[in-house]
Amino acid sequence: MGRSYHTIAFDAQKCNGCQECEKACAQAKAGVTDLVHSRIKVSPGRKEGEWGLALCRQCAQPLCVMNCPGGALSKDPVSGVVSWDESRCVGCKLCTLACAYAGITFNQATGQVMKCDFCGGDPACVKSCERGALQHLTGSDIYNEWGDLEDLFVPGISACLGCNSELLVRHTLRRVGPNTVVATPPGCIAGVGAVGVNGLTATKTPVFHPLLTNTASMLAGARRYYNRIGRDVTMLAFAGDGGAADVGFQSLSGAAERGEQIIFICVDNEGYMNTGVQRSSTTPYGAWTSTTPVGSVLRGKTRDAKPLPIIMLMHNCEYVATASTAYMEDYYQKLEKAILAAKKGMAYVHVFSPCPTGWRLPPARLIEAGRKAVQCNLMPLWEYESATGDMRFTHPVDNPLPVTDYLSMIGKYRHLSAEQTQHIQEHADRQVDLLRKFMQQRMDLAV
Amino acid sequence: MPDTKYLIVGSSHAGLAALEAIRLADAEGSITLLSKEGSLPYSPTVLPYVFSGMADADRVFLREDDYFKQMGVDFKRGSAVTELNAQKGQAVLETGETIGFQKALLATGARPQVPKIEGLSDCPFQVLRTLADAKALKSGMESARSAIILGAGLIGMHAAESLCEAGLQVTVVEMAGRVLPGYFDAKASGMIKSIFNEHGVKLLLGSPVTHVVANHNGCGVSLENGLDLSADMIMVATGVIPNWECLENQGIDGAQGVLVDDYMRTGLKNIWAAGDVTRSKSFFDNSPTYSGTLPMAVEQGRIAGASMAEDPGVKPFPGAVPLNTYSFFGNRSFSVGQAMATASGKKTEVNLIHIPSSNSYQKLVFNADRLVGAMGINSELDPGVLWRMIERQVELGDVKEAFAAKPKEIGRLLMNNLWR
Ligand SMILES: Cc1cc2nc3c(=O)[nH]c(=O)nc-3n(C[C@H](O)[C@H](O)[C@H](O)COP(=O)(O)OP(=O)(O)OC[C@H]3O[C@@H](n4cnc5c(N)ncnc54)[C@H](O)[C@@H]3O)c2cc1C
Repeated sequence: MGRSYHTIAFDAQKCNGCQECEKACAQAKAGVTDLVHSRIKVSPGRKEGEWGLALCRQCAQPLCVMNCPGGALSKDPVSGVVSWDESRCVGCKLCTLACAYAGITFNQATGQVMKCDFCGGDPACVKSCERGALQHLTGSDIYNEWGDLEDLFVPGISACLGCNSELLVRHTLRRVGPNTVVATPPGCIAGVGAVGVNGLTATKTPVFHPLLTNTASMLAGARRYYNRIGRDVTMLAFAGDGGAADVGFQSLSGAAERGEQIIFICVDNEGYMNTGVQRSSTTPYGAWTSTTPVGSVLRGKTRDAKPLPIIMLMHNCEYVATASTAYMEDYYQKLEKAILAAKKGMAYVHVFSPCPTGWRLPPARLIEAGRKAVQCNLMPLWEYESATGDMRFTHPVDNPLPVTDYLSMIGKYRHLSAEQTQHIQEHADRQVDLLRKFMQQRMDLAV
Repeated sequence: MPDTKYLIVGSSHAGLAALEAIRLADAEGSITLLSKEGSLPYSPTVLPYVFSGMADADRVFLREDDYFKQMGVDFKRGSAVTELNAQKGQAVLETGETIGFQKALLATGARPQVPKIEGLSDCPFQVLRTLADAKALKSGMESARSAIILGAGLIGMHAAESLCEAGLQVTVVEMAGRVLPGYFDAKASGMIKSIFNEHGVKLLLGSPVTHVVANHNGCGVSLENGLDLSADMIMVATGVIPNWECLENQGIDGAQGVLVDDYMRTGLKNIWAAGDVTRSKSFFDNSPTYSGTLPMAVEQGRIAGASMAEDPGVKPFPGAVPLNTYSFFGNRSFSVGQAMATASGKKTEVNLIHIPSSNSYQKLVFNADRLVGAMGINSELDPGVLWRMIERQVELGDVKEAFAAKPKEIGRLLMNNLWR
């Protein structure tokens, strides 16, 4: 598996052109404040208050390296940093012709080219940026670590174009490993081939197909059997919102209350998507489905979604979290905790899963929709750990975007009136408020 | 069963870029890389710095042996190909050895062209294309006090500077009316010429050579205008010819460069070509063009490799753009695209800045809303940003004015926003 590397991300919206990053770079690299030495360059935009950034992107196939006649530039396979060896540079400047982004530039003061070397892994520019416009992203570490684990899901499954179920299942199985029994009740995950087609299964762990109603109880039974024969086997369910919030709810509720040692992942695509896009109890207010149609009288769903993660919070679980494939780093951390928690009791993870087919959402924008849902506070990311009683937002959103930023991306909300949008906004605000209140009083539910 | 899935002939910029592109799409297919040279791969572009002493001849290699092991490539040095037979899918080496291939890339570059000048073949002269040439020049230079260089292109000018810095009395003779005629307009090449003159290099422009004679201390050169010159050494830098001969007698003519399509295919079954050995379409008018530059060799090598490995992400060649950077006596310059255009053109618009005090010159050429060319001497512009703006045909629209006023800043902003 190819390696993935740390990177410096730039958020133009947060930049105010203060050039502190340039000063920090010049200081770190040349020991002076003269900005001529800075390898990071903030440049004024077209309009007042708009800023752009020129910085080496440490490209995967760096053209500067391929265009260097002296072998002075090379990409480090471990750190991913493209480094420049002064002793081999002949000064031809072909690298400045090869780079489309001014990532390697001529320094007037030294008469040589210069480029970002990532400060050996701890970039000075990022630390100097008080507004957070520059961020040092390290998510690649987890990708590398997980990438080395065995892939337990076969290639060529039949999910709809753009669906994140494959991403979710593939990554989850890598981490839980082969010593796992997987349950996938009727729903999209089973439907894409996880449980099997014509006697073959896409899952390289033991997998079974319970009824929609009894996923949690069957897994609980399997776990108890393994406990009795003295084997520690992970029990993992991938159920849709139907198999968790509606039809599957009584067995899930019972298993949580009894403290069954299972990981229950609800893949919430807000409806019965593989059977023809019917509403479920997690379908949000206002959404179009085939059973909450849009016509002259009805304007989509008339009731708010059942807040399943909050309900599970009140269920004596060892661990409860919401997650999104738009925030994989966050999901990875939560899965680690869920694996540990499931040694003691139930770990419930609710994964927000936009559906290109049923939501009328372009496949290419699925991850973006997931991100927007978080940024609008429609799907706040949080977790609760019963061991400590701590509950917290894992991706706090200080200045949420208006819900319309999210709603306008998705076809199932196309018909919304101003009043309906208003309702959704207020509902989102209330939910976040409620979560905040829970967090303010330490949650001592387990006791 | 062929011996190798991919055969790459020539291990310089085009060949290495192709190798990397193949490996991105095909992690396992066998690759054999052949080089005529006995050494590890190196770039001809580094040679002026080798004979000037700036680069250490033992530390100019583009890749180490380890690299080929890691990439799973069988790298064979000292393996000159004499025939690359498309019908048989077979390469014949100078040694008589044969190698069967499924797909082959010709990346053999070019060699110095020696003009048909009376007496030249009887006179010992220097050229510069290989490490051996650079070493010969270096030792020749040690015993010489004066040199004549035929040709004021990049190679001739680089050599002139190095010889001048080594203390030789240097004269450059050029047929065209200005130096670096392929890259710089009259103004810019005039500036370059004066800097060379200030350093004592004599430049005789618009001066065709009629004949050359060997004399007791070196050679004599006679010009059409009647001038007779004499020097201890003579160097020929009047252009290059492609190393295409191993495709001869297969129905194509590569004397001006092997013509390739947008995926670097030669028209011969399973044979691709890239770099200095090719002619490809021009970005501006689609006519067959000889590039002979390092960046084009890299671009073409990448496309050839991706095409050979059937990479679904392969993108067609947008066409050759004339471009280069050139540094001389502590000054730097670049030229990209249709930089030679003059303001008199119909649709062309030229934006010029000349600051004599700092020896700087900057020129932007627009065609309607697009940048089509740029040139600079001691200019702060980023040549790479400008190249890709030209190539991607960025419509400047309402930022055109801002770009013309602040090309460095706005260019960076535009390209960074276009990142993909
Ligand atoms: C002195 C000098 C200065 C230059 N400066 C610049 C510059 O500043 N900017 C710029 O853009 N370009 C410059 N160039 C041109 C640039 O070096 C070339 O465009 C570039 O190297 C082309 O790469 P290539 O891979 O196509 O061919 P080459 O680099 O020529 O490599 C071809 C390789 O194939 C090998 N070969 C040839 N025939 C055979 C055969 N039959 N069998 C096996 N192997 C064979 C050769 O030994 C060689 O190693 C310069 C060239 C020279 C000579």
